[in-house]
Amino acid sequence: MIRIKCPYCGERDHSEFTYGGDASINYPSLDASEAEWTEAIFFRKNIKGFQKETWHHLNGCRMWLEVERSTITHEIKSVKPCHPDLQKLMELKK
Amino acid sequence: MSSKRIDNFGKINRDKIISFSWEKKNYFGYEGDTLASALLANNIKIVGRSFKYHRPRGIMSCGVEESGALVTLGSFEKRDPNVRATSQELYQGLEASGQNAFPNVNFDFGEINNYLSRFFAAGFYYKTFMGLPPFEWGSGTSIWMFFEKIIRKAAGMGKLSRLPDPDSYEHAHDFCDILIVGSGPAGIAAAKEAADKKLDVILVEQDSVLGGDQIAEKEFDTNKTLQELKDLGVRIMNRTTAFGLYDNCVIGLIERITDHIYYDKKDIPRQRFWTIRAKHIIVGSGSLERHIAFNNNDIPGVMTVNAAKHYLNRYGVLTGKDIVIATNNDSVYNTADLLSQAGAKVIILDSRKEIKLDNFNNNIQVKFETVPYSINGSRKIKSIDIADANHQPYSKIDSISCDQVLISGGWSPAVHLLSHRGVKAKWNAENLCFLPGDTKENITMIGSARGIWNKSDCIKSGIAGALDAMNHMGLSKTNYFFPKEGGWSNPIQPLYEVKYNKSRSKSFVDYQHDVTADDVRLAHREGFISVEHLKRYTTLGMANDQGKMGNIIGLSLMADLLDKDIPEVGTTVFRPPYTPVSIGALAGRNVGKHFRPLRVTPMHKWNLDHGAIMIDVGLYQRPWYFPKNNETLSESYIRETTTVRKSVGVCDVTSLGKIAIQGPDATEFINRVYSNAFAKLPIGKTRYGIMLRDDGIVMDDGTSWRLSENEYLMTTSTAQAGKVMSWLEELLQTRWTDLKVNVTSVSEQWAAAAISGPRSRDVIKNCLENPSLIENKNLPFMGFVSANLKDGTPCRIVRISFSGELGYEIYIGSDYANSMMDLIWKEVQNYNGCLYGLEALGALRVEKGHVTGAELDGRVTIEDAGLGKMASTKKSYIGSAMRTRGSLSANKDREQLVGFFPVDKKETFDAGTIVCEKNKIKGSGIGRITSVTHSPELGHWIGIGFVQGGKEKWHNTTLIGSDPVRNKQMELEVVSPHMIDPEGKRMHA
Repeated sequence: MIRIKCPYCGERDHSEFTYGGDASINYPSLDASEAEWTEAIFFRKNIKGFQKETWHHLNGCRMWLEVERSTITHEIKSVKPCHPDLQKLMELKK
Repeated sequence: MSSKRIDNFGKINRDKIISFSWEKKNYFGYEGDTLASALLANNIKIVGRSFKYHRPRGIMSCGVEESGALVTLGSFEKRDPNVRATSQELYQGLEASGQNAFPNVNFDFGEINNYLSRFFAAGFYYKTFMGLPPFEWGSGTSIWMFFEKIIRKAAGMGKLSRLPDPDSYEHAHDFCDILIVGSGPAGIAAAKEAADKKLDVILVEQDSVLGGDQIAEKEFDTNKTLQELKDLGVRIMNRTTAFGLYDNCVIGLIERITDHIYYDKKDIPRQRFWTIRAKHIIVGSGSLERHIAFNNNDIPGVMTVNAAKHYLNRYGVLTGKDIVIATNNDSVYNTADLLSQAGAKVIILDSRKEIKLDNFNNNIQVKFETVPYSINGSRKIKSIDIADANHQPYSKIDSISCDQVLISGGWSPAVHLLSHRGVKAKWNAENLCFLPGDTKENITMIGSARGIWNKSDCIKSGIAGALDAMNHMGLSKTNYFFPKEGGWSNPIQPLYEVKYNKSRSKSFVDYQHDVTADDVRLAHREGFISVEHLKRYTTLGMANDQGKMGNIIGLSLMADLLDKDIPEVGTTVFRPPYTPVSIGALAGRNVGKHFRPLRVTPMHKWNLDHGAIMIDVGLYQRPWYFPKNNETLSESYIRETTTVRKSVGVCDVTSLGKIAIQGPDATEFINRVYSNAFAKLPIGKTRYGIMLRDDGIVMDDGTSWRLSENEYLMTTSTAQAGKVMSWLEELLQTRWTDLKVNVTSVSEQWAAAAISGPRSRDVIKNCLENPSLIENKNLPFMGFVSANLKDGTPCRIVRISFSGELGYEIYIGSDYANSMMDLIWKEVQNYNGCLYGLEALGALRVEKGHVTGAELDGRVTIEDAGLGKMASTKKSYIGSAMRTRGSLSANKDREQLVGFFPVDKKETFDAGTIVCEKNKIKGSGIGRITSVTHSPELGHWIGIGFVQGGKEKWHNTTLIGSDPVRNKQMELEVVSPHMIDPEGKRMHA
């Protein structure tokens, strides 16, 4: 079981979370072209090693988190809120 | 073999006699016995029949690696098959019987398979069930399938009762600093060391008592050890198996709570499935003694050497009178001494050249450079033929009469738990075993699981393991070292198989699945040389012991055939569980009606009190129909539908998702999320909206109401409520972080009822303090008002229609749902109205061609659903760039939403029917029917669904509905999905 350190709730089982997707994607603006959206939606790197991904603390604080996780070992290097204001807030809390 | 209980040995409680039954006969044992030790004490030789050949099998070990003594406990619903007699504690009234035998294990008709064995070699199923060569004759024919059933029945293990499990199980969770698996010398030392440093330690032991291999030492006092550990604060979990090790030091345990007693009440669970999250795991899971493959090495009376030691010193059972021990290592000599002291005549066959041993009883005859060649006997051992170890091919040089053969082919550390973490074991040529590989995780291997054989070194390794764990945890920086693996005075010598030089030998590699050395050679001849192929072709290591004893022999034979070393051939990967886990324990309490959570609306009881029959919709239970006077479902929903269209009906629609959207950017947000325009929705108005996914496919639909400048209430479909909520949170937290919007789920806070039908306005008027609020001019279609019910309760009334009739939904605080329903229901009855359920709701909406989850199934674009008008071209929104993407727009023949009528109006059809062109009834056809109902208004069955090209292409053509599941076909007419009141006059009335 992967254990994820939620910045708000603390370390929890991954079963409290749902996996979102690739956190490194910058989604284009809504009026961007089909080609840009296609690139953002359908093309993914199959990373061996650490990748940034989003997880939703669904059965917890419901924060969307950016998690840096190794696809080989499940080791988690960092967890932070996706929303920059929440990031700052969590920093202050420390 | 003649085994018997003897005095002055063992740690059983001879004051406490326990009676049990084996094969319906009564026997006695003592407190502290296992079923296996009690059977041995009663000199019961044959306890099972082998998997394929139905060969008689006896007790072969004294632990979880047991291959012979798999028995069935209990009867009827309590029947528990494939229980290892060697780890089943004896209790008063235990009922056990042999399995895979007819009529019983002593006399089994299936034994004929043993004589037909050349037909049942490895790959038998693969070859046979393809049909007869050379042309696979008969494959798939009914006679062949008939034989297949018989053949499959011939092989097997215990049978399930097929009755519901009468026992209860539960799940439990815990945390600790260090969890130690195994209470051998190493585990105990580690626990003491860690607990001494005030760490929270859990010690897990699969046996009933602590000690591991030490239990078979006369001077070892398990109770004293238990007390010492308890005094130190160690949490002890005996009768508990660590079956799997997972990420982040999360470990799965099965605690057996009532398996060792007779217990038929339900207040205590039979087993408890623990998930423990530790900071560090120390594995002292010990090692398993291997056997050696030689002819007839499975005759009852064959056992591992260490097992005989445990039976003697723990259970006071001497397992044989004339014992031959076959070995290639030092570990047997101490046991040989003990057996001799207990009165057995012992001869040792050692494959090695003469060795030196201190303190060895010189009265025991040792035949060096001698190996076991073949056992004579079928139901019991009569004698053993022996061979010269240095003379290959082997041949018989002598025969020794005996009643028991004990084997030790070396020891395999139980590296299973580490293997679960994906850590490959490393071959150690010096000790002829796989040692645990290196890991970066917080896991430390100790004791003989690390390949350390001496007890004193095991204890040192336990202390080192505890220090290692503390260093990992940053609690100490003490220096420590692990003793070197091994520790025998004389090196072990490779000996895996003593090859029989005649044909038709039965040298078993894997006892449980009857895999012989010849099977491994057959696999090699037929090209299945990789370990993974070997395993699947011969089923080596696939029985419920997962190859604990046989795998390495199989590997070594393949290595030999390929002329490679064992590590080059590969290792097998062990996966959880270490020993079998009952499905009941995994399910825990999530069975029956607790299989999944149940959601009910606040009017659940009200609905039931008013005669509702409920149906599961996702996690919700919703009213399905409200039968009157023993009506059937059809009679009921047709009456309900007719009543709504004629007069009025009321329906619980609380399960819809409701989301409060608040904040200065709420309008901008909602306008980006929905495909249709929302920016100019006036306050007090509501609008139907469609949400797309990023890829342009429809996600969900619902209505949103503008409560104020910066506040909306969004409703979603019941099924997608959770998903939409997560999606809105994702957008706000990850993509549009500049938007000042807050979303809150208020699904549970609001209850809602739909009131539909031409008299609905009259009904609601009579329920309100101020009836004029819902006059047509005050509340036009798609408007909403805040109002008070007659009793003063505030509510919100929205004028929307799913049924196509004049319709309203009333939303009220959940706690007031019942009083609201009482009020409405009284008025509805005054107009001869009815309560209606989901079936009528469905009928009403199908008549109107409204889509739900059955249509919006994640493959449908907004155009496919006939809602193209809802896709704004004046703004950008989620999915706007992609909904017209090449692959969606290029195909002009996409499936479009249509209505279906049967050509013969008496005909019926079902959802799931495949729509085909005439004379082209095959495959997935050109469309499908997704929702059906009888239409009381039209007087026949109708459906909606999809067909390629839509109504335009097919409205003049008769199509065929094909329902292969129900073996049915009917002619279909394609019509508009809006079958009733297409102009919407009624709902605007």
